Amino acid sequence: MAGDRELRVVGKAHRKVDAVGKVTGALKYADDLTLPRMLYAKLLRSPHPHARIVSIDTAKALAMDGVKAVLTGKDTPIPFGILPVSQDEHALCPDHVRFVGDPVAAVAATSEETATAALDLIDVQYELLASISSPEDAVATPEPRIHEYGDSGNLHKLINLEFGDVEEGFEEADHVREDMFFFEGNTHLPMEQHACLAEWSADGKVTLWSSTQTPHYVHRALAKVLELPPARVRVIACPNGGGFGGKSDPFNHEIVACKLAMLTGRPIKITLTREEVFYCHRGRHPVLMWVKTGVKKDGAITGMHFKSLLDGGGYGSYGVASTYYTGALQTVTYQVQRYKFQGARAFTNKPPCGPKRGHGTPQPRFALEVHLDKIADDLKLDPADLRLKHLVPPRSLTANYLRVGSMGLGACIEKVVAGSDWKEKFRKLPFGKGVGLACSSYISGAGLPIYWNNMPHSGVQLKCDRGGGVTVFCGSTDIGQGSDSILAYITAEVLGIDPFDIRVVTADTDLTPVDLGSYSSRVTLMSGNAALQAAERAREIIAPHAAAKMKVPVSEVVFAGGRVFHTEDPEKGMTFAEAVQAAEAAVGTVGTVGSYTPPKSAGRYRGAGVGPSPAYSYSAAIAEVDVDPETGIVHVPKIWVAHDVGRCINAATVIGQVEGGVYMGLGEALMEEMVYRGNRNVVHKIPSLLEYKSPTTLEMCDVVTYIIEDPDPNGPFGAKEVGQGPLLPVMPAVANAVYDAVGVRVDQIPVAPELVLKALKKKARGEPARVGPDKFPEIPWPEATRVAPPWEGGDGKGEQVTAQAPERQH
Amino acid sequence: MPELNPQISLTVNGEPAQVAFAPHKTLLEVLREDLGLTGTKHGCELGECGTCAVLVDGVPVLSCLVLGLTCAGRSVKTVEGMAQGARLHPLQEAFADLGAAQCGYCTPAILLVAEALIASNPTPSRDQIKDVLAGNLCRCTGYIKIYEAIELAAARMRGEKAEPSREAMYGRR
Repeated sequence: MAGDRELRVVGKAHRKVDAVGKVTGALKYADDLTLPRMLYAKLLRSPHPHARIVSIDTAKALAMDGVKAVLTGKDTPIPFGILPVSQDEHALCPDHVRFVGDPVAAVAATSEETATAALDLIDVQYELLASISSPEDAVATPEPRIHEYGDSGNLHKLINLEFGDVEEGFEEADHVREDMFFFEGNTHLPMEQHACLAEWSADGKVTLWSSTQTPHYVHRALAKVLELPPARVRVIACPNGGGFGGKSDPFNHEIVACKLAMLTGRPIKITLTREEVFYCHRGRHPVLMWVKTGVKKDGAITGMHFKSLLDGGGYGSYGVASTYYTGALQTVTYQVQRYKFQGARAFTNKPPCGPKRGHGTPQPRFALEVHLDKIADDLKLDPADLRLKHLVPPRSLTANYLRVGSMGLGACIEKVVAGSDWKEKFRKLPFGKGVGLACSSYISGAGLPIYWNNMPHSGVQLKCDRGGGVTVFCGSTDIGQGSDSILAYITAEVLGIDPFDIRVVTADTDLTPVDLGSYSSRVTLMSGNAALQAAERAREIIAPHAAAKMKVPVSEVVFAGGRVFHTEDPEKGMTFAEAVQAAEAAVGTVGTVGSYTPPKSAGRYRGAGVGPSPAYSYSAAIAEVDVDPETGIVHVPKIWVAHDVGRCINAATVIGQVEGGVYMGLGEALMEEMVYRGNRNVVHKIPSLLEYKSPTTLEMCDVVTYIIEDPDPNGPFGAKEVGQGPLLPVMPAVANAVYDAVGVRVDQIPVAPELVLKALKKKARGEPARVGPDKFPEIPWPEATRVAPPWEGGDGKGEQVTAQAPERQH
Repeated sequence: MPELNPQISLTVNGEPAQVAFAPHKTLLEVLREDLGLTGTKHGCELGECGTCAVLVDGVPVLSCLVLGLTCAGRSVKTVEGMAQGARLHPLQEAFADLGAAQCGYCTPAILLVAEALIASNPTPSRDQIKDVLAGNLCRCTGYIKIYEAIELAAARMRGEKAEPSREAMYGRR
């Protein structure tokens, strides 16, 4: 077939394939669905942060007019959870509640009002247990345990990894610096409340429509908990009204809806209230961090030691992966010669934390980028120059065995530095005004699946109709990021047809091959590669028959503009439909499959599963701030951001993702926080959209977006991720800009007005002009796994060290 | 025998409608559950997010805070009523062109608030757009594509031959 040619679809700006459905209100989200004879269900949630269930009496609720069924934990005895290592949730708690909002019973009734009223008639007797409100509390209180599993007492997970001898690195350094940081938890706040609809048919099949980002994992959880063969369970992910990671776990309400449908024989609808969405949470972990770095005079990093302590909340969720992620990506931006990471996750009696946009990496990225800003200050270097000098080279292996492919961070930094007039502004603006720079990187999909298997991470089936239409079937889930459209553009590019002649069928476990889900920024790269392979195979099937019809060599056939023609004589050819017909007449139905499996990762040590990715995206941001020294209020008028996306598939949605990421980062930087009150600080303070502060149009800044295209060989047409990366540099850029503006360090997120004021007052009193944490608790770290970096002759394998050096005091 | 639900007459998307419903129901519930107009969404049902906004007699209201009964005799417009026959409203075209609808969940309300704005002010400034949308939360877009789409639609509605800017579609390079 004719070889390299200009791209006709990829890289251009397009409408999304579902754009019209979204602007007309025609698109059906989960709560828009109804079925005849549908019942409504509600969950009764624990009012206590930590308690044993002594008894539950459901008789009065069951007797209420209109109530059709009541479930309790004894009806849902099989545990589930997103990770195989933490199957610690029950659809309804059998005997132990672990946070305010943990569900204990459910009612199905003929109306939502009746179901809600019936909840009040359920009598639950609790025996209260001491609650644990913070990781420090968890460290100090190994008993009573929130869970019967975990690495130590109430510490769920403990990690200790060392890549080279960091102490040697500190000895080699000209300057060594230690800092501590805290990143408060926050939540996704999708505008759509989670909703689902379950249907049971008498032939033993259950169907669930749900606002989920991961229908495949929900499918697995349902089969397990409902004790049904997976072949009898169908999960359909509806278009998500925003996800951001908050709809990535299998949830209690999804299982309860199915169970109630099986029990009553009627469809069951559950739509969570906004308050319940706050209890489902799975948002950003609060993380306490300590970092020590040794540098040469020019800023070259000789060694880095990073410690993190995560507040996990009441359940495991993705927490083991989150903990690893707080230590994984420090090495992919600037060269780190030796690296040590110790991470711990605590169980506490609060809603479970999990993956929010950036999953486990925004917190350490904030710490690292502010830490580097301070190091640049110490060394009297421009922070942009310091970073540019020590970038990780493209096509290289990091100390912790992450394989970097294309690496456009240098171009990103140069763009924002030039665009913002950085050199004219940094340390030169009047008091109260400042600029700050930060960079970041993110994975384009996790290299390993959540449950161990050797199968592809994404699959596509493609059907060519003799009318010229093409249908792409893929398990991927559109959560607003435009993944359905990506399938259409890539297929259209290969087959030379209009993307809007392609029908995309996604996220239905009965109809579509598995895609693991919309998490870890994996979908464009992985489902895109699967679609690319399926489309190329279709072209290979069709081309010889079109060539035969034209009597030209198959290598000279071109697919473009809805036609299949001869490269030498474009007039000579046929419509795409005629080409399909020629192929179908010769070989039968034209259908193909495509699949994608990420490359094997280089690391072989325990823990090497988190961090590897087929490709890393890069971002740089400069924030400009106005700080009011009277009120401490930080106003951000403008952010310049550059993102290395490898290659745009749809330029317009790339810009949209960058702007949306900057927006969400700005909210985290300035105001968003999941905070708790009362009863030992475990009751959610503000489970409402009004009180959980997020940026409105009045707080949102201007954004200048630069797109860097440094194609990665592993991406479809070179594409890397954009959904999560551009959020990451915003928080540290804002914090660094506040320092530039008023000379105080707020080493915690959000940079709230009261913290800025407190720091300004300390500065005025001549004390260190800083607010932030100053104590990292003693953690019972396990023995370190030592892995020699590649440049020390390492092979990626780890070695457990038995004689551990005593913990140094900080 | 339960009491019969009261029935009201109103105009919905330009057409007369009669609908009977339990008297405590909000306009949001009446639209979604009794009239089948699920294009109107909800994010909190407490008047906090703006996601359920519709136009009542041309004025944006939060349908989750309005009792359905109070709409008797009034004219309600939802997103389903924006297109003219098979032709999209210029705001809908502009939102689709620019990718101003990402997840699309807050979009119906924002489209209607923007329509009311342009009806009263055909040349809204960026700040005026921000002001009227301050009560509509969007978690996906950062609002920027929304401003650009409203400006584009307003220009087109004034009869100008406007296209999205290159920077809006491709960023800077």
